[in-house]
Amino acid sequence: MGKLQTLTNGIIKENPVLVLVLGTCPTLAVSTQASNAFGMGAAATAVLLGSNVVISLLRNVISEKVRIPCYIVTIATFVTLVQMVLNAYAYDIYKALGIYLPLIVVNCIILGRAEAFANKNSVLDSALDAIGMGIGFTLTLFVMASIREIFGNGTWYGIEIPVLKDNHISILTMAPGGFFVFGCLIAAVNKWFKNKPVKKDFDQGCEGCPMASACGGKKDNCEKEGAEA
Amino acid sequence: MSIKVFAAIILTAVFVNNYVLQQFLGICPFLGVSKKFDSAVGMSIAVIFVMLLATAVTFPIQHFILDKMDLGYMQTIVFILVIAALVQLVEIVLKKYVPALHASLGVYLPLITTNCAVLGVCIDNVDSYMTATGFGASYAQALFNAFGSGLGFMMAMVLFSGVRARIEDNDAPPSFKGMPITLIAAAILSVAFFGFTGVIENIFG
Repeated sequence: MGKLQTLTNGIIKENPVLVLVLGTCPTLAVSTQASNAFGMGAAATAVLLGSNVVISLLRNVISEKVRIPCYIVTIATFVTLVQMVLNAYAYDIYKALGIYLPLIVVNCIILGRAEAFANKNSVLDSALDAIGMGIGFTLTLFVMASIREIFGNGTWYGIEIPVLKDNHISILTMAPGGFFVFGCLIAAVNKWFKNKPVKKDFDQGCEGCPMASACGGKKDNCEKEGAEA
Repeated sequence: MSIKVFAAIILTAVFVNNYVLQQFLGICPFLGVSKKFDSAVGMSIAVIFVMLLATAVTFPIQHFILDKMDLGYMQTIVFILVIAALVQLVEIVLKKYVPALHASLGVYLPLITTNCAVLGVCIDNVDSYMTATGFGASYAQALFNAFGSGLGFMMAMVLFSGVRARIEDNDAPPSFKGMPITLIAAAILSVAFFGFTGVIENIFG
């Protein structure tokens, strides 16, 4: 796999949100305003880059049995760093993201990439993968938030949009709108990029499964779950 | 502290601030494990159990260790590690002493470690109830909130497993098959919960 492909993989072909359907909670929750979505995307990308590089560096040191706790500690450390930086320099975003900022720790994308990519690839490749996945995540969040903000609130990045301001569909900025816009976006990606609808194919391994990081990629867990999920 | 306060906390957590449908926490299991009624119930019971236990452990940690020693910034790391260790411990204990329960809940336990609803409820409790007067009262409120949130999760899961059984039989447009149509069904279910806004204030007001 070429370096460029590693980088671009995450943006469309393996887009973490729309194709792999990982990290759904922050996607739905912070995509009410374009500025929040961008902040969330940037924060998650920073954590992803840091954790992927560190885990890739340590991939020969960490023993197989304790790898998940090691990854979680690494990720939690970077999340704490990002929290501190945002608290100091971007307090508005820090307040807007609220509880979802510490919850980056349990974002499946980050643990998923550590497990699926960083622990078997070189540092450079892992960094590129992290940047690609980060851009894919940020872009998706940004597009979704733009749709919700423009139609739901009649503004975009705080700029008022003349006609829509008076005719906004405010339900789009509330919880149901999140589910609805997300569903439509996935459908649009399926349609335009000729992707097959995402299938959780458990014979193909655990990489496409949002639960993979949690069950440690153990096939036995998968098969019990897999029949249903 | 009257019973009214606790009833209000539970009802608010279940209906108004439903973790899944209003706050978007725990979406992964909500979409992943809700295809069958049995697995939806099993997962929800495991979540209620872990939420209660995690709150019972992390709340005192925050109060007696992190706040006392000015280590508030360590919250994220400490909480996630405590929850992960706790889930492992519960699994080991159940396997040894209550094999029957382990057989029905065991599959779901490892999935819960990285469930954002569990970490979310711990952080949320610390944020909302830590300031209440006295440790005992705030601890009790936090525990009730954890239980209510778990019940809310269960209700969303059970309702949605019924909805999904219907979706399976229907003929959706090809690009909407699978995840998109499921999400749109979730949107409609979420609209239903708007009906509860303001109800709790009026009952207990």
